Amino acid sequence: MLALEIRDLRKIYSNNVEALKGVSLKVREGDFFALLGPNGAGKTTLIGIVTSLVNKTSGSVQIFGHDLDSQKSFAKSLIGLVPQEFNLAIFEKVENILLQQAGYYGISRSLAKQRAEKYLKKLDLWEKRESQVRELSSGMKRRLMFARAMMHEPKLLILDEPTAGVDLEIRRSMWSFIQGINREGVTIILTTHYLEEAENLCRNVAIIDHGEIIANTSVSDLLSTLQTESFVLFLAQPCAELPVIDDLVLRKIDDKTLEIDLKKTHSMNYVFEHLSANNIVVNSMRNKVNRLEEMFMLLTKNGRS
Amino acid sequence: MNAQNWIAYWTITEREIRRFLRIWGQSLVPSAITTSLYFIVFGGLIGNRIGSLHGFSYAQYITPGLVMLAVITNSYTNVSTSFYLSKFIRNIEEVLVSPATSTVILLGYITGGVIRGLLIGAVVILISLFFTHIVIAHFFIMLLVIVLSSALFSIFGFINALYADNFDQISIIPTFVLTPLTYLGGIFYSIEMLPSHWQIVSHFNPVLYMVNTFRYGMLGQSDVNVVGSIIVLSLVAVLSFCLAWILLEKGVGIRT
Ligand SMILES: Nc1ncnc2c1ncn2[C@@H]1O[C@H](COP(=O)(O)OP(=O)(O)O)[C@@H](O)[C@H]1O
Ligand SMILES: [Mg+2]
Repeated sequence: MLALEIRDLRKIYSNNVEALKGVSLKVREGDFFALLGPNGAGKTTLIGIVTSLVNKTSGSVQIFGHDLDSQKSFAKSLIGLVPQEFNLAIFEKVENILLQQAGYYGISRSLAKQRAEKYLKKLDLWEKRESQVRELSSGMKRRLMFARAMMHEPKLLILDEPTAGVDLEIRRSMWSFIQGINREGVTIILTTHYLEEAENLCRNVAIIDHGEIIANTSVSDLLSTLQTESFVLFLAQPCAELPVIDDLVLRKIDDKTLEIDLKKTHSMNYVFEHLSANNIVVNSMRNKVNRLEEMFMLLTKNGRS
Repeated sequence: MNAQNWIAYWTITEREIRRFLRIWGQSLVPSAITTSLYFIVFGGLIGNRIGSLHGFSYAQYITPGLVMLAVITNSYTNVSTSFYLSKFIRNIEEVLVSPATSTVILLGYITGGVIRGLLIGAVVILISLFFTHIVIAHFFIMLLVIVLSSALFSIFGFINALYADNFDQISIIPTFVLTPLTYLGGIFYSIEMLPSHWQIVSHFNPVLYMVNTFRYGMLGQSDVNVVGSIIVLSLVAVLSFCLAWILLEKGVGIRT
């Protein structure tokens, strides 16, 4: 069963920005799926269309086989959303936010009360149930948005950059909360621009860039294609010309700095032999750390500046 | 409506009611104060010199109009402010993501506006008791006219809030359209007192019909045809509801 099936989804905003250029995507039931991409790639737009916050230009969306256009109410009842930006009624009491949310989904008052208690306790907000939302810290507000999304116990939970701007400790506890929900059978889709987040949490991943899906695979496959590692080499003397070495991609950063992409099948010795043969003396080297950027280099032809 | 829709409808309605009760100082008190002032100035001081109109004291004569004035402005403001605030804070997204249908959302907001209309209507009538003697000729017509008028202006307020991009845009219509229409809608005078061409112009003012049918419900006197007015009022309310429904369904002003 597919939790989500998107076909040829396009979105052109009124200012003529083409945010989605024909995106197709399948997410299986029970999956933990990452939609990974840099800022402005179109993640929030895609989530917005799936959650009825953005009008699509064309294409179709199905939630567990129910079309979002023709079976709107039912399809919507299966989705929970934790949005990227706070959208809580700041003067409302914490518990009321949850009870109202349940009400919008047609859940009876008594069941709503039970669930509110369950999720407030799970998310460590029980003591704050009588507080106004505006009195909460931003970490608490985010947890409240998690609790809110769980009130109707959706089969598909969508998290739009759930941990952006959240400190490490809270991020860890959110991760384990989400993992717990996934273990109970809920399909999770999260968007992120941190590769680490996708790597630590997710089973499958789609990479979106400039409104297009440029990779859609399992996280482990993706990481193994990343077996190329990049290093920065600092040279003893300026090198006038880049040496050409078989199978190696060398880039000149400046006169005394080179960057090299090295496949795991190559040994370091191989590299240094060739560099020595070209009279290049390496003083020191370091790993290039930004792996997401590296991945984009790999997946898009020329990388991005 | 099925059970799920009823719960969603009642959730929105209850939230709307709690909102205006919580801010009663801004929502209910101002109308009570202005009404009292009208009674003191027009009913008492000036009214005594006017004498009677259609057999009623001036204070009695203006009571139905003052009720309608409060009902109309309160319903309109309730829905336009509440809905626009939800857009502004973005918690309207909760409802937009949920399976609550456009009909449910719209009915919830309208009921909130109507209940505020009924409540403020009762407040104004209570205040009028301090200044004049109240008779009630046709209670159900009074009730019907308040419900219809406040529903209609709730819908107008909703449409206004859909299109509004800032707070100014939800006070423009009340200031430049609503206030003139109500003041020229026969609250303080019988249109028989106007020159004939102004009488004709007045008949294009929808508020005239509301004020007069309500005056009929209260005092048994009207400048217009009561049954015809109620039918037209109902039709306009249904048409405006359909318009608001289409706008909401399309996501005008709320979905990019
Ligand atoms: N409401 C909007 N109106 C016009 N353009 C928008 C709107 N929202 C997003 N965009 C544009 O669409 C593109 C994708 O944005 P978004 O979906 O927010 O990306 P992401 O969530 O991946 O950062 C960006 O170029 C952004 O500027
Ligand atoms: Mg985003």
